[in-house]
This record gives sequence, structure tokens and C-alpha cells, in this order.
Amino acid sequence: MKFKGKAWVYGDNVDTDVIIPARYLNTSDEKELAKHCMEDIDENFTKKIKKGDMIVAGYNFGSGSSREHAPIAIKASGISCVIAKSFARIFYRNSFNMGLPIFESIEAAENIKDGDEIEINADTGEIKNLTTGEVYKSTPIPDFMQELIQSNGLFGYAKKILNK
Amino acid sequence: MGMTISQKILAAKSGASKVSAGDIVLADVDLAFANDITAPISIDFVKKLGVNVFDKRKIALIPDHFTPNKDISSANQCKIMRDFVKERDLPNYWESGEVGIEHALLPEQGYIKPGMLIVGADSHTCTHGALGAFATGMGSTDVGFAFATGKSWFKVPESIKFIYKGKRNRWVGGKDLILYTIGKIGVAGALYQSMEFTGDAIKELPMEDRLTMCNMAIEAGGKNGIIEPDEITIEYLKERNVKESDYTVFKSDSDAEYSKIIEINVNDIEPQVAFPHLPENAKGISEINDDIKIDQAFIGSCTNGRLSDLQEAAKVLKNNKVAKYVRLIIIPATVDVYKQAMKEGLFDIFMEAGAVISTPTCGPCLGGYMGILADGEVAISTSNRNFVGRMGSKKSFIYLSSPAVCAASAVAGKIISPDEVVK
Repeated sequence: MKFKGKAWVYGDNVDTDVIIPARYLNTSDEKELAKHCMEDIDENFTKKIKKGDMIVAGYNFGSGSSREHAPIAIKASGISCVIAKSFARIFYRNSFNMGLPIFESIEAAENIKDGDEIEINADTGEIKNLTTGEVYKSTPIPDFMQELIQSNGLFGYAKKILNK
Repeated sequence: MGMTISQKILAAKSGASKVSAGDIVLADVDLAFANDITAPISIDFVKKLGVNVFDKRKIALIPDHFTPNKDISSANQCKIMRDFVKERDLPNYWESGEVGIEHALLPEQGYIKPGMLIVGADSHTCTHGALGAFATGMGSTDVGFAFATGKSWFKVPESIKFIYKGKRNRWVGGKDLILYTIGKIGVAGALYQSMEFTGDAIKELPMEDRLTMCNMAIEAGGKNGIIEPDEITIEYLKERNVKESDYTVFKSDSDAEYSKIIEINVNDIEPQVAFPHLPENAKGISEINDDIKIDQAFIGSCTNGRLSDLQEAAKVLKNNKVAKYVRLIIIPATVDVYKQAMKEGLFDIFMEAGAVISTPTCGPCLGGYMGILADGEVAISTSNRNFVGRMGSKKSFIYLSSPAVCAASAVAGKIISPDEVVK
């Protein structure tokens, strides 16, 4: 699977409170959440992004709350995937569970500039910067999580366990 | 090579004789819970699977974030929870009038025991490690999976061992130790790792301060915070009618492997204040040279809304008044804390000082309601996060501290040491 889109670059410690502020957590409706995605860090976010675009960020992306509303809001906003130097633990799990592809790559996050055109091969984890021609590697997805993906996510895995 | 306490619990619950950092295990959980914000998605997961919950006694649903409901949407979320509880006849549910903040309520009511494996759909689930349990926060779907199967998967974490030595100074408690620690290692300093708090100073630390410390492990990126059970733990459990035969005590092996060992001299620590907009921006109170004027002070939350926190605040507020144009909001974390504070006369002190007291709720900590900040406003708060917009306007500023510093600052109208208010 391939993703292609424009990169929108942010810094370290982008927390779940700026991804989706708690004042909007009185619902889990993805369309409603998407309207306010990244609002407190970049008020033009929802206006400027196009379907397929990517968020590129520094260390500890998704830190803070366990709210699944954060990856839900990002995915529903039209963002295809997130590239960061590292992810906060709960956000990492939640993204897999919500089907938001995420890629860990220090070199990509360091070199990609706002507005660069990026192409990612999700199978190999290769990140291509179409604007500069650079190619970056990302950390491979752990085997167990690949198994989860192949079981059709945690839901499919639950079925498997319950039928044992 | 031995195992850490965290690794031992994960091994025991996954039926392995030994696990190592990096292993993935599928383990049996002893308690899984969610709150009014996170539960609807977990419930949906169980319903879509079309199964019963794995064990009614081992799940808990706690409507604490936006209750009593702040608006129609939050009322609808609580209704989803309540209907599910009724339909499945689930025993561990608390209605307004009984409910408290989940991470204060569960230990207080004797639900948390050493050696348990606990998952909660709330990042501050790490609080419960204070009792020697392995407790970690997850998303709603992961917890829905646990509700349905009784299991959860874990990557066995590496551990950082923190050794606290020496005696605590006046006004220095668990909150100051953890803010100081996060200041030292940073908000990603323990990413994916277990934070094990040890040392003489921990042995002397009361349980409520231990809960405060473990509560903020997540603010350093930690997977869990944990403290080995000792006499203080056993005593705390006895007071809740939990017998020693009801639980298993795990301790780290002497040859357990740590990714890091960090020694902290507690004698050097003074009351701490974390500056906007990250908990790692911690400073000692004497290092603050500027006048930082405040508009609001909040004492409460799963971090510092327990009885000893309110007692500490009362010591500072007694015979003092909150500064003009400052709002002091005090929220006891549970109904029992509320009752006891009232009995002890703490409410008289708070109200004489000019504070407002609310029913138990997470409320303003996450910018829900009961004390939202306006543009440009400054707050000092005993809660755990001072991120941009956390308590309201994205143009507001949050400083984190202990209840003593928070109360003193409310009196002075600016951030100040309790020593300047209580001579």
C-alpha cells in the first residue's frame, strides 16, 4: 500500500490535548472530532490539508491522554498517516487499533520540510521525499502488530481468541 | 539475570516462568475499567463482538470526567454507560453521589491490590502501581478487548530504577518528588519504560503521596509507575479490609536488569512548580524570581484530590483569605474524601478563605467544566498536565504544584512558597 501527499511539519511533544482538545470529547463522532483536529496548535489545519496529506513531527507525538479520539480525529480529517521521530506509547497502540498508519523515522522527521511532497510504501516502510529526491527508512512494524493487522485489527484478534 | 517487579507480574499473568524486556505477552487482566469519555467506545467493541463481559466482578465503569453532566452530549455518553451497566447487571458502577475520580476511588475502596494486572481506558491508570500492581493506561478499544476476552497484550518494558535518598524538606511531598524527577528526565524520559520508585525516602512516603507519584509516570512517557509493597501498603490495605492472604507481593530481584539507575537526593528538593506548557519545566520555588500573578488556583484531580492533599491545603489556608480577583476551586476526589474533609472542618477553613468547593469530578483538570480559563489567564493547579489549552483557552497558562504551594499562591495572588504564608 502506498500513501502520497503533502507534509505538514510540527515539533516535539505534540500532545493529545492539542490534537483534539477535551472540550470536544463529549462525543466520539469522527466527523465532529475531525472539525477540531489540531485546532489548538494550528488553527488553519483543517482548512489547509487535503485528503492524503501527512503530519510530520518530532519526538513523543501523541503524548498525554489515552483518548482514542486523537487518532480518530486525525484519520477522519483526511490525513493519510503520521511520521514522527517517536510516538507516545498509548497513542502508538491506539493508532494501530484505529487503523491510522504511523511511521517512526528520525531522518525523515529531520529532513522533511513543510509542504514537501511525500510518498510512503507502507509494506517496506520506505519514505520518499518527491520534492528533494531523498529516501528515508522507518522502523519496521513489530511482528506481533503485523499479526494484529493481518487478523483485521484487534476486533478480528478478539474473535480469534474467543473462538479458541 | 533476574526480573523487575513489573516483569514478574507480567510473567505470572501470562503463565510464563520468565519474561524479558521486549517480549510480547498475552496476559490475563485482574481489572479493566473505563470512564464516561472512554467507555462508550469500549462498550461498542463488546456489543459488536456480541459477547458477554469476561467477568462482571473484574470490570468497572466510572462516570467521573463530565459528571454531574455538563451538557447534553456528555449526558448521552453517560447514558450509554448506565444502560450497559443495567443491561449486563454490572456491579462496579457508581452514580453521582457515590462516584469519585477513578484513580482515587478504586484504591480507596479496596479494589487495587498488590500483584494485580490492571488496564484502564485512561492514561493515569498508572496511579495504581503505588500499591505494587502493574497498571497501565490504554485506549478504549484495547480496554474493550479486555472487557470481552479478559486479556490484553503487552510488550514487556525495560525499567528505570529511581532511588530516592534522604529526608524530605518541609512542604515537600510526592508531587514535588515526581515533578522534580520529570524535570530531570524530561517528558519522554521514560518512554515505553517502567518507572520503579525505590529508596529510603519512598519507604517513608505515605500511600497518598505514592499514588501521586505513580499517577504522573505517564507525564515522563512511562508505561507504568510502581512501588514495591511494604508495611505502609499492608497497613493501607488492612484499613480497607483487604487481607494479606488476598494478594501476592512481587519484588524485583537483586540482579534484575535496569536500563538506567537514577539516584535522587531528596534533601536537595524544595517545593516544585512546573511552568507552562510541559510538566518537565519544573523549578524549585526559590528559583522563581518574577512575580507570577494568578487568576485561578485549582486543588483536586486524580493527582492531588485526596484527603491528605486537602489537609495540606487547609494548613495553609487557615485564617487566610484568597486574594482579590483570584478564584480558588477545591474538588475533593471522592465522596469519602468529601465527607471526611467536611467532618474534620476543612470545608469551614476553605469557605472562610473564600474558596468554592465542588462535588467530585475531573472537571477543570482537562478543561471540561467547573473552572475553565479565559484568554490570557494564569492558573496554578495541583493536577498533572499543563499543556496548551488543557484547562480552557489555548491562550491560557498553567503552572503545576502541590496543594500547599497552590493554596499559598491563592492567598498571595501570585506563585509563592507556603513558608511565606504559614510562618
